[in-house]
Amino acid sequence: MAETLKVAMPKGRIYKKAANLFRAAGLPIPTEVDETRKLVIELPELNMEFILAKPVDVPTYVEYGAADIGIVGKDVLMEENRDVYELLDLGIAKCRMSVIGLPNWQPGIQQRVATKYPNVASQYFREQGQQVEVIKLNGSIELAPLIGLADRIVDMVETGQTLKENGLVEMNEIFEITSRLIANRVSYRMKNAQIQSLCDRLQQAIAAEA
Amino acid sequence: MSKPKGFEKPVGVRDYVPYAVDKLRAIERNVLDCMSRWGYRQIMTPTLEFYETVGVASSTSDQKLFKLLNHRGTTLVLRSDMTAPIARVVSSLLKEEPLPIRLSYHANVFRAFEEEAGREAEFFQTGVELVGDDSPEADAEVVALAIASLKAAGVTSFKIAMGHVGFLNGLFEEVLPGRGGDQQALKKHLLDRDHVGFRKAISELSISAGQREELEGILRLRGDKEICDQASVLGRHPQAQASIDHLCKVWEVLEAYGVSEHVLIDLTMIGDFSYYTGMTFEGYASELGFPVCSGGRYDNLLRQFGRDVPATGFALKTNRILDGVKGMAQEEQLPVLIRYTAAGRKEGLARAAVLRAQGRAVVTLLIEEESGSRQEPEERYEKIETFH
Repeated sequence: MAETLKVAMPKGRIYKKAANLFRAAGLPIPTEVDETRKLVIELPELNMEFILAKPVDVPTYVEYGAADIGIVGKDVLMEENRDVYELLDLGIAKCRMSVIGLPNWQPGIQQRVATKYPNVASQYFREQGQQVEVIKLNGSIELAPLIGLADRIVDMVETGQTLKENGLVEMNEIFEITSRLIANRVSYRMKNAQIQSLCDRLQQAIAAEA
Repeated sequence: MSKPKGFEKPVGVRDYVPYAVDKLRAIERNVLDCMSRWGYRQIMTPTLEFYETVGVASSTSDQKLFKLLNHRGTTLVLRSDMTAPIARVVSSLLKEEPLPIRLSYHANVFRAFEEEAGREAEFFQTGVELVGDDSPEADAEVVALAIASLKAAGVTSFKIAMGHVGFLNGLFEEVLPGRGGDQQALKKHLLDRDHVGFRKAISELSISAGQREELEGILRLRGDKEICDQASVLGRHPQAQASIDHLCKVWEVLEAYGVSEHVLIDLTMIGDFSYYTGMTFEGYASELGFPVCSGGRYDNLLRQFGRDVPATGFALKTNRILDGVKGMAQEEQLPVLIRYTAAGRKEGLARAAVLRAQGRAVVTLLIEEESGSRQEPEERYEKIETFH
């Protein structure tokens, strides 16, 4: 009898897509799990345990081994820079990380960039050879250029609808984002067979969907 | 930064209170005893080394070295591992010592800017170096000793993943001859444990579909001895072939040791390329989220100190084991309390000396008659004897 595989699942936007992918991979996750407010859900028939975490915390749980594997967006992985295995591109929750500004943006002397992703933003502008001051915000980033807190922002763009409604334009794409399957360094070895078989099943499901 | 409060200490260092020290010492003693039974003798080296010598030679990346200046302005480092200092000693003080040389150590080592739990700035390593033997037998000996050491440390459920840097070097050279940049990029993805990035990178390379499949296949090269057989079909390049042959031989020796059940081969496991030159391995315990030991062959290190000999070794991350292993410290024997009045002092202290000679811990206390003596908590002692 194999040990239980602890899976850190991101609450919110990605959860449902991830759960459906698991189902497509032949892992029948009961639908009531989708609605539950419980944080730890045992799935003994699948030999799994779901840990429902805030998405940005998923890599932390996995790095420390509190969860064996996890599902998380590439945006979070790039920002958190945790030492975990990135095993699979799940191809779900597709969007992109972009630099956004007002249509008439002109580089000023003191450039400010507001973002939820300060590490991503700093690194990107460093690589571009641009000196900018990065300001960390926690939400409604689009507000910053509108009210003059910053002249540009770095944020995730899915459809671009919010930008359009607020009169902002996407200036550069930094990278593409999809959700990834990640694994703890120790679990990757100790639960090798279980993780590999899950990977294979997910990979088939992804290929079938594409 | 605000002024530190009296109880604060720098980030990344820790205090060990007596019961933690008992446990740490028990692990340390058991592991060092185990190593000495394999013929490894302990060595101690200084905490401070020159940056120019040991600092530069060590496998620790420059920004993770803890640097400081001495009174002459020369850059020093707090040792970041014991391998480079031992290489220095083997090439100088022990220069005349015939090979092979077997050395063990238990030491605190330092890394800068590792600020979160599990990434301490100061931590303990217990390990060995086997210098002057490049045979598969020597590699297998350190792996088998790592397994014996983990058991001695009280780790019950663990796995060792073993790879070889030469396999990937050879395979990449075969598929991407002379394309150093592309090879470097692929290795970087594997080093970052980024399989998604690795797959993406090979899909963008201009190589045949067969080669693409071959490269993607290495992500699955994990498992028992059959991996050796699969890989020897893959890597036709002489370096890859030689590496696989070497690993197969190491595996055979490990089978003879009777420990191969703990080992799995993973050919994508690569350490620092500039440092390791052959077999590498890492140990994992199921109770702990971080690796508990790592090691491998580093045949180029000693040359930097002027003695060109091969070497292999490993280090246990002793304080991580401390965090994960339960019930290691022996049953703590409480001390005996001997209370005496001024009149009974001589007799009481003589009794204490007798008990101490028998190996018992004894605490003594003068009973002050006029003030009424201090009340000692009885549960601290195994028994109390009073002398008047």
